[in-house]
Amino acid sequence: MLAQQIINGLSLGGVYALFALGFTLLFGVLNVINLAHGAIFMIGAYAGLQAVLTFHFSLLPAVLVAMLAAGIAGLSLDRLILAPLRARRAPHLAPMIATIGVAICLTSLVEGYFGAENLRFPLDTLPASTVSLGDVQLSWLDLKIIFLALLLMAVMLWVIRHSRIGRALRGLAESPKAATLLGVNVEGLFLATSVISSILGGVAGVLIALYTNSVFPNMGQPMLHKGIAVVILGGMGDVRGALIGGFFLGFAEVLSIAYIGSSMRDAVAFGLLFCVLLLRPAGLFGHAPQRRV
Amino acid sequence: MEWLDNFWAIYSTLALSAGTNVLLALSIYATLACGLLSVANAAFMAIGAYGAALLTVQAGTPLLLALMVGSTGAALVALLIGIPTLRLSGVYLAMATLAFGEVVRILILNAEDVTGGALGLNGIPHLVGFFEVTISVAAALYVFLRLAHSRFGRTITAISQDEIATELMGLNVRAHKLVCFVAGAALAGLAGGLNAHFTSFISPNEYGFERAVEILAMGVIGGTGSPWGAVLGGTLITLLPELLRGLGHYRPLINGIILIVIIIYSPKGLWDGLQTLLRRSHAGA
Repeated sequence: MLAQQIINGLSLGGVYALFALGFTLLFGVLNVINLAHGAIFMIGAYAGLQAVLTFHFSLLPAVLVAMLAAGIAGLSLDRLILAPLRARRAPHLAPMIATIGVAICLTSLVEGYFGAENLRFPLDTLPASTVSLGDVQLSWLDLKIIFLALLLMAVMLWVIRHSRIGRALRGLAESPKAATLLGVNVEGLFLATSVISSILGGVAGVLIALYTNSVFPNMGQPMLHKGIAVVILGGMGDVRGALIGGFFLGFAEVLSIAYIGSSMRDAVAFGLLFCVLLLRPAGLFGHAPQRRV
Repeated sequence: MEWLDNFWAIYSTLALSAGTNVLLALSIYATLACGLLSVANAAFMAIGAYGAALLTVQAGTPLLLALMVGSTGAALVALLIGIPTLRLSGVYLAMATLAFGEVVRILILNAEDVTGGALGLNGIPHLVGFFEVTISVAAALYVFLRLAHSRFGRTITAISQDEIATELMGLNVRAHKLVCFVAGAALAGLAGGLNAHFTSFISPNEYGFERAVEILAMGVIGGTGSPWGAVLGGTLITLLPELLRGLGHYRPLINGIILIVIIIYSPKGLWDGLQTLLRRSHAGA
């Protein structure tokens, strides 16, 4: 029983971590709270589903299609909205409010085109086979989700820690002005960050769609709330914090459904969050300045 | 005056919602004006709404008393959570207040014996009309406009521009922030109480994350430079979906696009944009 819960926690937590990683990356580099991240997550889920339904793709190509669709969404988000706002030196709340508009637009477009009902993957595309490990039954789907999530996280961590782009990104997060002076292509990196962040959100979307086997226009909204909780818990803009926070929330949810019951679960999670913020305002791993005065 | 009666019969709820939304926009203006990004106003609205509605439904309290209790309740809660949270800055305050909002919503959801839980609170007497809402909006607006050029108002502007400099001038920054936060909460609580008494039904999900963000959008779209911005923002966000009613399916899409266009072309808010436009046409003429 416990082993089964651990597998569930790992797969759900992995998806939360991917989603939160994308959210926190955009905040860390562009300083934008992207309230459209949930809608882009939903776009990923729909793209993956359509790849399976209309083109009869298998799961891995479907995930790639979801990444592509979400990446295009991220590209448009930066070019059409965030870049013009940067050019106009908009006050720091403006981009966040604009992303509310983006979320409304995307959700409305998808609802108008595909309808508001809950769509499902055809049963034969989901691998139902299981592996026995001792007396524990593991489903291949869970294992694939966990593998893919961990792989993407490892790639992202490597890119951020060790590659040239990662160094430039960290420099940019530290100080855009200094990065520009050092010859970093700031606009290009902002664009790249928006695309990468959206791809991570889109992958999380298609994975959660496979995990729960349901796709609907508003599926991004609860995810956005959870993503924000994860990111606060880990520390805004902190990559390591987003990963640990994601797994923490995944395990907390799975274990509380299994052992406590679900009604006060969210209150406990957000109550905990509230307390963490009072004790460590920058989150568990964050190190942002507190009040200056 | 028959057409007026007809008009009122059709659009009264909309007009009253516009009024309470202006109050909510003013409530977030109170915090934004001193540079506090708090998104707890939906929760304070919930406290005011449930406080007032429970009194009128279960104890038959007169409306005025119920509204005052609801609003004061919201203010007291704000005082309690404000003292520890207001030392957070910028986005961390937003996140803490967001978490607080979720806690309030979920507590209301789970206190079924008192609040009716997810089913909501039904049969709230229809006690609020044009008069009550207009008086409240006018009074709130009057206070804000009077304060704008007072000693207090100038201190708030100073805090929003440079906290350290304000503190060094011997002004108590924390106390001023706390006053703004508590006043905003009281106003949001009042708006909640008023709103509950013309919709006759409230449920916890009306006061969630979406509402919190909508209130913030009203404040920012209108502009945080003047209370008139809040009036503009609150009215626009209420009326826009109605004005687009003819568009059917894609109404939210156009609604979203309009919000984006406003933010891109007038990032400091509509009020600021309008004034720039006026000044420019003045200079041109």
